Amino acid sequence: MTYKLLGKNFTPHDVVAKVTGQAKYAEDFRIDGMVFCRFMPSPFPHARIRNIDVSEALKVPGVLGVLLPGDVTPVAPPDPPILSDNPQYVGQPILALAAVDETTVQDALEKVKFDVEPLPFTLDPLQSLHPRGPNARLDGNVGVGGPAAVKLQTLKWTEEDFAQAGEGKLPQGKSARDWSYGDVEAGFKNSKYVLDESFVTASNSHHSMEPRTSLAYWQNGKCFVHGSTQSQSFVVPQLAGYIGIKPDELVYIAEFCGGGFGSKGTAYPSLAIPALLSRKIGRPVMMRVSRAEEYYIGCARIGFQGRVKMGFGADGRLLAADMYIIQESGAHNGFWDFVNAADALSVLYQPESMRWRGVPVYTNSPTRSAQRGPGENQIACILEPLLDKAARELGIDRLQIRKINAPMNGSKVGADRRPVTSAYVVDALEKGAARFNWEERKARSGQRNGPKVIGVGIGRAYHPAGFNGFDGLVRITTDGKLHIHTGVGNLGTFSHSGTARIAAEALQYDWEDCIVERGDSRKHLPWNIGQFGSNTSFTMARTNYVAAMDALEKMKEIAAHDLGGKPDDYDIDGTKVFAKAHPAKHLTYIAVAKRAVELGGKFTGKELPGDINPMTRASATALAGTGLIGVAKDKLPVGGETAAFACAFVELELDLETGQHRILELLNVGDCGTVIHPMGLETQLKGASVQGVSIATLEHIIFDPQNGLPGHIGLYQSRPATYLDIPEKLETDWVDKPDPTSPMGTKGIGEPPLGAAASAVLCALGDALGGVVFNRTPVKADTIISLASKRPLSHQPLQVNTA
Amino acid sequence: MSLEPSRGDEASRYSRREFIKRVIASGAVASAATYIYGGLAGCAKPGGPVPGGVERLVSINVNGQIRRVDVLPQETLAMTLRYKLGLTGTKLGCDRGECGACTVMLDDITHNSCSVLTHSVRGRKVITVEGVGGPNGELHPVQQAFIDELSPQCGFCTPGQVVSAVALLKRNPKPTREEARAALAGNLCRCGAYDNYLNGVMRAAGVTST
Repeated sequence: MTYKLLGKNFTPHDVVAKVTGQAKYAEDFRIDGMVFCRFMPSPFPHARIRNIDVSEALKVPGVLGVLLPGDVTPVAPPDPPILSDNPQYVGQPILALAAVDETTVQDALEKVKFDVEPLPFTLDPLQSLHPRGPNARLDGNVGVGGPAAVKLQTLKWTEEDFAQAGEGKLPQGKSARDWSYGDVEAGFKNSKYVLDESFVTASNSHHSMEPRTSLAYWQNGKCFVHGSTQSQSFVVPQLAGYIGIKPDELVYIAEFCGGGFGSKGTAYPSLAIPALLSRKIGRPVMMRVSRAEEYYIGCARIGFQGRVKMGFGADGRLLAADMYIIQESGAHNGFWDFVNAADALSVLYQPESMRWRGVPVYTNSPTRSAQRGPGENQIACILEPLLDKAARELGIDRLQIRKINAPMNGSKVGADRRPVTSAYVVDALEKGAARFNWEERKARSGQRNGPKVIGVGIGRAYHPAGFNGFDGLVRITTDGKLHIHTGVGNLGTFSHSGTARIAAEALQYDWEDCIVERGDSRKHLPWNIGQFGSNTSFTMARTNYVAAMDALEKMKEIAAHDLGGKPDDYDIDGTKVFAKAHPAKHLTYIAVAKRAVELGGKFTGKELPGDINPMTRASATALAGTGLIGVAKDKLPVGGETAAFACAFVELELDLETGQHRILELLNVGDCGTVIHPMGLETQLKGASVQGVSIATLEHIIFDPQNGLPGHIGLYQSRPATYLDIPEKLETDWVDKPDPTSPMGTKGIGEPPLGAAASAVLCALGDALGGVVFNRTPVKADTIISLASKRPLSHQPLQVNTA
Repeated sequence: MSLEPSRGDEASRYSRREFIKRVIASGAVASAATYIYGGLAGCAKPGGPVPGGVERLVSINVNGQIRRVDVLPQETLAMTLRYKLGLTGTKLGCDRGECGACTVMLDDITHNSCSVLTHSVRGRKVITVEGVGGPNGELHPVQQAFIDELSPQCGFCTPGQVVSAVALLKRNPKPTREEARAALAGNLCRCGAYDNYLNGVMRAAGVTST
């Protein structure tokens, strides 16, 4: 299908402000009378603070007020609290203090006195599951929120569970969550080759370049917050809850966000601190967050300790899979990566039978949150190299075994065997293999040049790519312009505008006549889900489509009302509504908008659908009378799990003497439905590739095991990829096939290319070493050197966070 | 000043504190109005410069204009630009010379402005992202190229990338891609837009050569 706007490049309106420095992030705003606050980070990994004495701190000249754990809105454990006198990791905010400037704040914080009882702590889920192991929390050691919630509890395995596992193998005691389908035992019995591997994937920080600074003030009964979040509308109800006000009492401004990657997808507790302090002291308050503090409160990806058994038929088909994952959740409820990892295995490899078990364990380390492909991308790093191992054992080509087990349209996901809406993995593999010259490159595998050896690899990953049921809101003003009101945030994907073009497309508008209203509650925005989970290009394609369709229906009704006939007798051409039989009989968009205002009622937002969210209702009500209003809840048919995939191909050169590698080429191919914005898609595929390289070979969080102190609180320590780490040649491509459940065929893509790139790099590194499986991320130079020189590794197989 | 590795995180905060304390102890306790470093409004002590202290009111050349500004001895250029001169295009990503988001040019050479004391730039030409374009708001070819290549994603590191790229092209109008990579290596981008920034530099190099 040919579109006017979709599939074509455009210059997003915010990119100019980004290159000129005019883009204003939270720390760039100044309010008259603004003062500063800082939080006091816990120096203990786990403690009970029996008493906090701020009397001396409050005497410091310039101090304006303090916020103590008892002063903030309570949050039900084990969700992360705003402030706590029972800190559960080093860096957790205990209290916050405001003063006229930051130096005074710091002077005062140094005068706070504590009566503290240090508590036992743990940085290793396996240690916590041990019969005599410490709990990270006073109220338990196991639990998680979300769709597969596990109630907060204390769970210990037996000595026997640990003893049975065997050296270097993951013990598999009582799980907290499990599911299965098919006859797993029979599957293993019928297998020609069965592997059983234990593995570790590291936690790593999000490293958003903008630390989560926020600014708040109160004016005329409303609380104004400038925050750093990757979502806009979705943040409002939760942040209002943290502040203790109603959502419509909050004005939230997040026009720009300096990176989030999942850690700023929803409201987060520290976002409320300036608002609460501002209410208390009656001054605008800014909380600048330092880089070290960003490592404390900026979350991290969940780490896994796991074990997977896979049985393959002689033809390479995966007959049975049995996976156990211990998820390290950090100190509080964060995310449910272990559930997602199971879904990823089930969909990407289509095992004929599968069992999954898991247990989410708290540790005394930073709160975890989703990080780009939470669960799906960690498990890709483990499973793709294992697929290579099976291919080698069975004498099957690595590309072939991926095609043999690939999902197709209608393939099933997870325990409930829900279908995917579309899957073009084989197309992506074939397209990538052809462009990458897989056959030719494969022949180079193992080629030596002095100490350097060539390795090639293929990696793939999956992520769900859309939700449904949110609202759209568009407005044609009496100057004929189309205003697309969007609650999508500004994560840097430009999908606030990409999805707005769905509405423009539906109404055949020229893009020059469209205005994207976003980034500030005062722009009257609809209820949209957050900009996370690779969902925007699907979810808000639907909302903008239904809003545009509502507008279109009203335009035709007005034409029929004024010019006679039935609404169906009319069509549009981008500037006017005309009678199909007599094109000369028409109303311009300007005339229609003016008539909508005159006719009132539903045409101009004075009567609204009953099923829209209160936020959308309030926004549409505020806009009523300003033009023709299109507003609707997305009730389009739902066809299963919207699925996005990516396949990556890598060739690298590994130096066996230094352990360093150079990625000669990385090609990432996305299966992302109809392409909205080719350049935007390309930047997502490339950015995800760079982050993939980063989690595969560079990043992890690390602690001092004796005191629980983090050793990863500088960029130079935690080492996200730089210009010097990226592939020399970075290429992208895509399968431009529409998803049938999306009005114009679009679906998301943000996350899968990260896991695809990461796993392709790991496969290529293993290939360069002659078929090694690392079963661990990240793979760093010391591991390569140890393996190449046949020396013992510097870490134990299941060791986490301390090596 | 010691980085006190045994303090873990607090390497950043307390070493900085020590640093500030020592600067203060060494001479001037100022009464300047400043957001971050002390002495704002209500708690300011009256009085002029302390004998032996550093002059507070200094002139610096920023983006071709002489700006008179009240500067504390321990004040970094990034803070002066952002909090005194309203030039918030210069971003603070780490405030310790790790990320490059605060990159500015001093006499055409890139510096991390978070790690330069404002007092040390007197007599030097400071160029920020706000000053790389033409006098009437024309974009610098690097800025236009970054738009054309859709280089920024979240955009937070972009001003630093722009300044580093402009500085590179000033001293080397026709860099190779590898030279550009080396020149921009101090500018971190977590979105991973490096390839698009390099494309932008190469495109701008083409533009500036014609």
